[in-house]
Amino acid sequence: MQKVLLLGDEAIAQGGIDAGMSGIFAYPGTPSTEITEYVISSREAKERGIKACWTANEKTAMEAALGMSYAGKRAMTCMKHVGLNVAADPFINSAITGANGGFIIVAADDPSMHSSQNEQDSRFFGKFAFIPILEPSNQQEAYDMVFYGFDFSEKYGIPVLIRITTRLAHSRAGVTRNESKQQNNIKQPANLRQFVLLPSIARKQYKDLLNKQKYFEEESENSPFNKYYEGEDKTKGIITTGIAYNYLMENFQDTKLPYPLLKISQYPVPVKMIKKLYDECDTIYVIEEGFPVVEELLRGILDNGKKISGRMDGGLPRDGELNPNSVARLLGMKAKDGREIPSVVTPRPPSLCIGCPHTDSVLALKEAISEYGKDRVFSDIGCYTLSALPPYEMINSCVDMGASITMAKGAYEAGIVPSVAVIGDSTFTHSGIAGLLDAVKDKSNITVFILDNETTAMTGGQPSAASGRLEDICKGIGVESEHIKIINPLKRNHEENVKIIKEELNYDGVSVIIPRRECIVTQSQKFREKSKSK
Amino acid sequence: MHSNAEPEIQRKIKKQIIMKKDIILAGVGGQGILSIAAAIGLAAVESGLYLKQAEVHGMSQRGGDVQSHLRLSDKEIFSDLIPRGRADMIISVEPMESLRYLPMLSEDGWLITNTKPFINISNYPSLESIISEIESLPQKIYLDADEIAVRLKSPKSANMVVLGAASPYLDIDFEKLEYAIKLLFGRKGEEVVNANINSLKAGREYADKQISKAKEQTTDV
Repeated sequence: MQKVLLLGDEAIAQGGIDAGMSGIFAYPGTPSTEITEYVISSREAKERGIKACWTANEKTAMEAALGMSYAGKRAMTCMKHVGLNVAADPFINSAITGANGGFIIVAADDPSMHSSQNEQDSRFFGKFAFIPILEPSNQQEAYDMVFYGFDFSEKYGIPVLIRITTRLAHSRAGVTRNESKQQNNIKQPANLRQFVLLPSIARKQYKDLLNKQKYFEEESENSPFNKYYEGEDKTKGIITTGIAYNYLMENFQDTKLPYPLLKISQYPVPVKMIKKLYDECDTIYVIEEGFPVVEELLRGILDNGKKISGRMDGGLPRDGELNPNSVARLLGMKAKDGREIPSVVTPRPPSLCIGCPHTDSVLALKEAISEYGKDRVFSDIGCYTLSALPPYEMINSCVDMGASITMAKGAYEAGIVPSVAVIGDSTFTHSGIAGLLDAVKDKSNITVFILDNETTAMTGGQPSAASGRLEDICKGIGVESEHIKIINPLKRNHEENVKIIKEELNYDGVSVIIPRRECIVTQSQKFREKSKSK
Repeated sequence: MHSNAEPEIQRKIKKQIIMKKDIILAGVGGQGILSIAAAIGLAAVESGLYLKQAEVHGMSQRGGDVQSHLRLSDKEIFSDLIPRGRADMIISVEPMESLRYLPMLSEDGWLITNTKPFINISNYPSLESIISEIESLPQKIYLDADEIAVRLKSPKSANMVVLGAASPYLDIDFEKLEYAIKLLFGRKGEEVVNANINSLKAGREYADKQISKAKEQTTDV
């Protein structure tokens, strides 16, 4: 079959379409967004009736996918690494329920924090949950692993985690497709108690899960994705995981790699293969993208064995993404440094677009709050987080999805009055509603801005779950109607908006202000499409 | 001469075996570097080459500096990232951004850049200081691609002017680039396709002139 050029994300999506997946559920999050987007816009997926759904958050996505697996069909859910935190509850418990139809969870980690607030390594989560992990080293493996993962999941009745990182997610390469598989028919679990995690049942299922581990280990020893390459020179032995393999091989393009190499792309770790490498080599080098997961296991608590070098002894930087040069340095090879960046080059941080509605909202808030000081503004995850930077410097927190409202409430309880939360419409439905309910119940004096640009803008304009019903949601959970204010964030409305904001800051109770104007990017996209179709 | 020590035939074989172009594409989010990447990518696939292309998505796209690593080879490519000091060329649609990735460029690599600044920061340096840095490099082509695109009445295709200026060094047939543009913009109609191809040609013409000028100068010496 002919090769198609696909992003790592798209390779996983195409893999799902071809491997008989019946549904994919996700909340957008860089670098995972393009997986679901690809399925949504794929004609083949449509023809095959594959369900592709954006959900309110990662937890609802994970649970919907688990429900599809219960029905005997192949299901996928994808998220960024911090999304897996949100979905941790169903994720950990899905290992105990097990899968019925093949169930794949994709977690896209972001080492170097290109678009994230931390660089946690999802392999820890896999291990924590006793779930097998696949970690592709390239786009082709990413594609192939979806087939393998679904088969594995059904063979052992276990969810499978595919862990990728930004670099693979957003890099394009040629992928050869397989013949496509039929979707499964509906087939409820043979044991209808399987998904009922009452303690008495959960205890038994947990034992089963523990018993399965030895089979998972055996599979890892024989996996097509874990490979041992012999080498003549045994002064060094190298272990790579996932795409770290590429950075190693980049340094051996012109000469053959002289050292034994173990390439790991499936977990639990293949212990026998590691033992072979450890026994026959003098120094062990461990190269991993992300946390030193394998390295830490290999060193153990006492670290009193052979010399091991990797991220933990400074051989590689402890944080951030790997690259060919850092791997060359680890192995004592020469790496070019290139020229220096000329001093005339100035940083160019990302900024709010020209015409962005958030700009007007933030400027109105800035003026309205001046009498109290801006040291009381809590914010959230979205484009508006950029208002932390000059020239606005208006927000003082960005922690996790939904934390603006809850932190503002906590600060109010501590005595900061008034206290302000700034959250986007999509982030509000993701994780803000429950926090607002807390504030309503306790009559907290907070003013909540729900910046409604009618889309999930930061990740490229996916639909926002609450579009058209934000006020109803607020009213429904008990915010007083007269303290729900819709404003239009435009320069010409500035004075009026400032006045409204001031009034609500003065109100001793929960106020919600909804500045509503469509994202300038999605608006101009729609405009272009319209003029094209004319 | 020293280079003749290597027999001609061996040099030819080597050239046949090794086709490798590591390219850094640079610009500001929204300036269309991914269209350049897509055009080269399609042309490369048409030429039967391996390709890897790392892109920037997410937050940085909002008016920040963006770059893409584009690697072409007739052998399997491993790393999605180009090693520092190894890029064969930097192709940039913005002059200051072209310099941001100099650590990636090899000693004899080419820098091809638009000179029209994109100013969305208050402390943007003087254009003269940027141009003088570009001029200090051994191999460079710089041109006001926006001006050329405006002259061709297709102001949005400045990125294709820059691609045209880079095309002599890509080792990809010019016709294949034209073909790629047809594929890429076909959906938008013939007018858009032609505008982009004209821009590509104009960029190429500019580069060719620079090259023959440089040749004349060396023969003068």
